Amino acid sequence: MIEKKDIEHLAKLSRIELTESDNQGLTKDIESILGYVDQLKEVEADLTEKKAGENRNVLREDENPHESGIHTKDILKEAPSTEDNFIKVKNIL
Amino acid sequence: MDLKNLSIKKVHEAMINGEFTSVDLVNEYKKVYEEKNGELNAYLEFFDDAIEQAKEADEKFKDGSAVLMTGIPVAIKDNILFKGHKAGAASKVLEGYTATYDADVIKKLREAGAVIIGRTNMDEFAMGASTENSAYGPTKNPHDTSRVPGGSSGGSVAAVASDMALVTLGSDTGGSIRQPSAFCGVVGLKPTYGSVSRSGLMAMGSSLDCIGPIGKSVSDVEAVFETIKGKDEMDSTSIPDDLYEKKNTKKPVIGVPTINYPKYKGDEQWDLASNENLEKAVKKFKDLGYDVKTIELPNIRYSVPAYYVVMPAEVSANLSRFDGVKYGLHKDGENLIDDYFKTRGEGLGAEVKRRVLVGTYVLSAGYADQYYYKAQAVRDQIRADYKKAFENVDVILTPTTAGPAFKIGEKINDPVAMYLEDIFTSPANMTGLPAMSVPSGAVSVNGKNLPLGVQLMASHQREDLLFKVGKEFLGEK
Repeated sequence: MIEKKDIEHLAKLSRIELTESDNQGLTKDIESILGYVDQLKEVEADLTEKKAGENRNVLREDENPHESGIHTKDILKEAPSTEDNFIKVKNIL
Repeated sequence: MDLKNLSIKKVHEAMINGEFTSVDLVNEYKKVYEEKNGELNAYLEFFDDAIEQAKEADEKFKDGSAVLMTGIPVAIKDNILFKGHKAGAASKVLEGYTATYDADVIKKLREAGAVIIGRTNMDEFAMGASTENSAYGPTKNPHDTSRVPGGSSGGSVAAVASDMALVTLGSDTGGSIRQPSAFCGVVGLKPTYGSVSRSGLMAMGSSLDCIGPIGKSVSDVEAVFETIKGKDEMDSTSIPDDLYEKKNTKKPVIGVPTINYPKYKGDEQWDLASNENLEKAVKKFKDLGYDVKTIELPNIRYSVPAYYVVMPAEVSANLSRFDGVKYGLHKDGENLIDDYFKTRGEGLGAEVKRRVLVGTYVLSAGYADQYYYKAQAVRDQIRADYKKAFENVDVILTPTTAGPAFKIGEKINDPVAMYLEDIFTSPANMTGLPAMSVPSGAVSVNGKNLPLGVQLMASHQREDLLFKVGKEFLGEK
């Protein structure tokens, strides 16, 4: 059973601010979605070996970087707030 | 110009013979766009530089460097990056964003001289099956404007179906190319996972996402696929052409699964039209001389429930990047973390929030075993089912959808009903198998002729079989 406080907790973990009406709709919707996917319980499966799945990234060496700074201007242009050659955020500490 | 009967091959020949130029053709599509897009809302933008690109293509015909795709107008889904052009996945959170690099598919199309004419509407971040979840309003089905075109690649598909584009690119995570293709009466391919690079495609479910082509014929879809496929060093899950072993197949054997799908809210989901339509398709294949066998896929009934665990889990991770810091929308809060909350609260739509929250839930401590790891195990079982089935058959035939296009608004308030649109399509994403929807018949509802489709699936990297069987089914030369 999903309750309003569960949705609030999930929203907090997901960094999403919800309005009161968002929350009401989501409680009902997520309850019904989880109710639907619960049929997975019918399937027998061995979970001793937990897997990430067949499709996984193959890491490569971080080598031969492109020339420094060639994309900087384009990328910074998309950031909501910048200062010199940096993306600007509010104080963290 | 007779846009309805154009094909890539015909265009190519006409351009070689000087009957018309790429500039002429792009102008024709622009005219149709200006006439129809106000009502259908298939495009979010027709690019200003389309004519410039077409001029470059015309030069290639003059200097003899033109290839099949040169000068061919292609529209792209709004989640594919084309440097210097807006891209927003139809989300408010990316309002105003301009792509800073080209997706690999764009690089390949542009190298071949194709003209990227515009970006098309979609469900926000490709989450939906109706294109109603767009921040820019729904796209309408060209066959009946009171109905959805399907989704999430609804704009790309409606553009082809209404002659606003010759071919388009969509993306398919659980059926987002094939389901709308069936609803709008066109051909749509979800390639083998990894055969087309995901570099420059906005990530939704990274183990499921595929870019694929949409067109009016199998040959057009094949021509685009041949251009965009290939291993790409920018996507470490992309694969070389010969990764999977191909068995020698003279006349493909067709398998039709007996399906015992889980029911939802009674039986109203299951439209008899699809069953009748499948029987007609089976008969047609038999008449064409194909051997049709019944097969068992015992675990595909769990594909949608497993998909709606795996996909949201990946969504919740992938969409964490939209934080109001790097690009797009920024809403100011009291401190940095409050900026995140406000930006995401305002910028993300209802369905996206639902999936992020479900994904967060199924991955959380105490629930991951029950949901996420269980779904991965089910995914393995579904893979095993298909592997076994493909020992005896070469192509698997199912309906693409449970029925024809539904009404705008009909399912938007019932997420589970919307999710069940993926019932026939999600197994291809869960297994990485290639699958293509081809038009097959129609039903008449209130005087409107609504298209239906059938889906063909083959083993990994056997798109060639899909093209061969699809062409014969449609009577394409």
